[in-house]
Amino acid sequence: MELVVVSVLGADRVGIVASIAGVLAKHNANIVDIAQTVVRDIFSMVMLVDISKADVDIAGLRAELEEAGRKLGVMVAVHHIDVFRYMQRV
Amino acid sequence: MRLFSPEEIGEVLEMILFRELDIRAVTLSVNTLPAIRGDLSSALSALRSLLRPYLERFRPAVDKIAAKLGVRIVTARLAVSPVSIMLEPLGRPEDAVEIAKALDELAESHGVDMVGGFSAFVHAGISRGDEALMEALPDALNSTKRLSGFVNAASTSTGINMEAVFRAAEAVLSMRPEAAARFAVTANVPEDVPFMPAAHHGLGLPDAVINVAVSGPGVIEAVVRSLKDADLRTLHDAIKRAAFKVTRLGELVGREVAKELGVPFGAVDLSVAPTPKVGDSVAGILEAMGLPRAGSPGSVLALYLFVDAVKKGGAMATSTIGGLSGAFIPVSEDALMAKAAEEGALTLDALKAMSAVCNTGIDMAGIPGDVPPDVVAALMADVMALATALDKPLGVRLVPIPGGRPGDVYELGGLYGKVVVMDVGKFKEIPLAKRKGVVPPSVWRLRAG
Repeated sequence: MELVVVSVLGADRVGIVASIAGVLAKHNANIVDIAQTVVRDIFSMVMLVDISKADVDIAGLRAELEEAGRKLGVMVAVHHIDVFRYMQRV
Repeated sequence: MRLFSPEEIGEVLEMILFRELDIRAVTLSVNTLPAIRGDLSSALSALRSLLRPYLERFRPAVDKIAAKLGVRIVTARLAVSPVSIMLEPLGRPEDAVEIAKALDELAESHGVDMVGGFSAFVHAGISRGDEALMEALPDALNSTKRLSGFVNAASTSTGINMEAVFRAAEAVLSMRPEAAARFAVTANVPEDVPFMPAAHHGLGLPDAVINVAVSGPGVIEAVVRSLKDADLRTLHDAIKRAAFKVTRLGELVGREVAKELGVPFGAVDLSVAPTPKVGDSVAGILEAMGLPRAGSPGSVLALYLFVDAVKKGGAMATSTIGGLSGAFIPVSEDALMAKAAEEGALTLDALKAMSAVCNTGIDMAGIPGDVPPDVVAALMADVMALATALDKPLGVRLVPIPGGRPGDVYELGGLYGKVVVMDVGKFKEIPLAKRKGVVPPSVWRLRAG
């Protein structure tokens, strides 16, 4: 598995999860875990995604997800799981 | 069972996305001594042939790792062996200037932001190559854009070479502000510094090595601000934990870039380095602890507490701590330090006192362009004395502003920020600074055996 963290933040609206998940499915990236909330109309989602069988690399996936985010008016960020492993585990 | 809780992921995302956590520099340090030749054109040709294979792969490797991890790497830098050694057989200042220009061009054409190593170690005396380099300093730095250099004029082992300090002062006064920002006089400079202008490929290193400089004052300021009423032990503990995370990111990036390039990973310099951006300020951390302004009474205490916590947190995050590893307080490169200087809250004397508990010295402070060299040399020598007495690396980077008066501001831009001209005092002559010779080493030397 090669895991990346996809995070989405912005004003809530219909279709955010569908659009982001659509980009991931198109590239054969598998959602392993997902946490999503809406607090005071602010949408927040963090996904753990396996890209080991995806047909694009992390940079390519990030570019497409950011483009999807722009269309939705939300911020999308993609980070490798190692960043979290290094910073949050001793 | 989740790998990470949403809170853990959220904390890291907040640091990276909203608190300016990034990597200040990945520095590729290369041994350029194999390019030593007896004539200039052969030396330049050998230098280019030696560096090109590294440089063709360096920037792409840095960009690839930044894209993979989703972490911003602000600068990719090159450090070469002290150019004074290359100058030993050549011995001419004009050759030094040509080497400087060649390094600058190599950096520019390969997307390398800065190149360090236009340097000489003269703490106990000046050799033929050192002489050529020191003579060439103003021309070399005035005619380049990315080149950095230093003159190491003091060491705990051998003392303070006052002649070298005086000549460094004269050199600085002949530099444009943009050039002076790339030069420091230093003491005890370590061999693996990833930060400019002290970066160079020191002795005892392999042919190539990757060193990493972290950043992240915004992360620590946010932590300090969230602990308004905490006691000092709690505050120290929170800074330590944040510093661990900041340094850990440097460790990850260093490992990844080194692996990508196929060169050994050297050291992480855990110094928390500011930028002129709002929310990326070391002075902001000190003020958040409870100072009205950086430079006020209490500044040495605040900086001491901060640096100690950063070292203790960082030490756990990387086994190979290198470079300067403390905290930086460059005046122009830190918006709140510059503001404090502009208001007169931060003085050169305060900076000297603060240097006793960090690893900076007097850094990126503006001075009037017409300050006599005695005064500049004496100011530099004070910091050299602190470094020698306390056995640690310190430096002085002064930016002379033509026609500048205390409180005036000169915009250098980019990472250099806004230079504030500081008051150097009323004295015009300091005869001590003109005495010849070397101040003998301190008792640290005796203790070392």
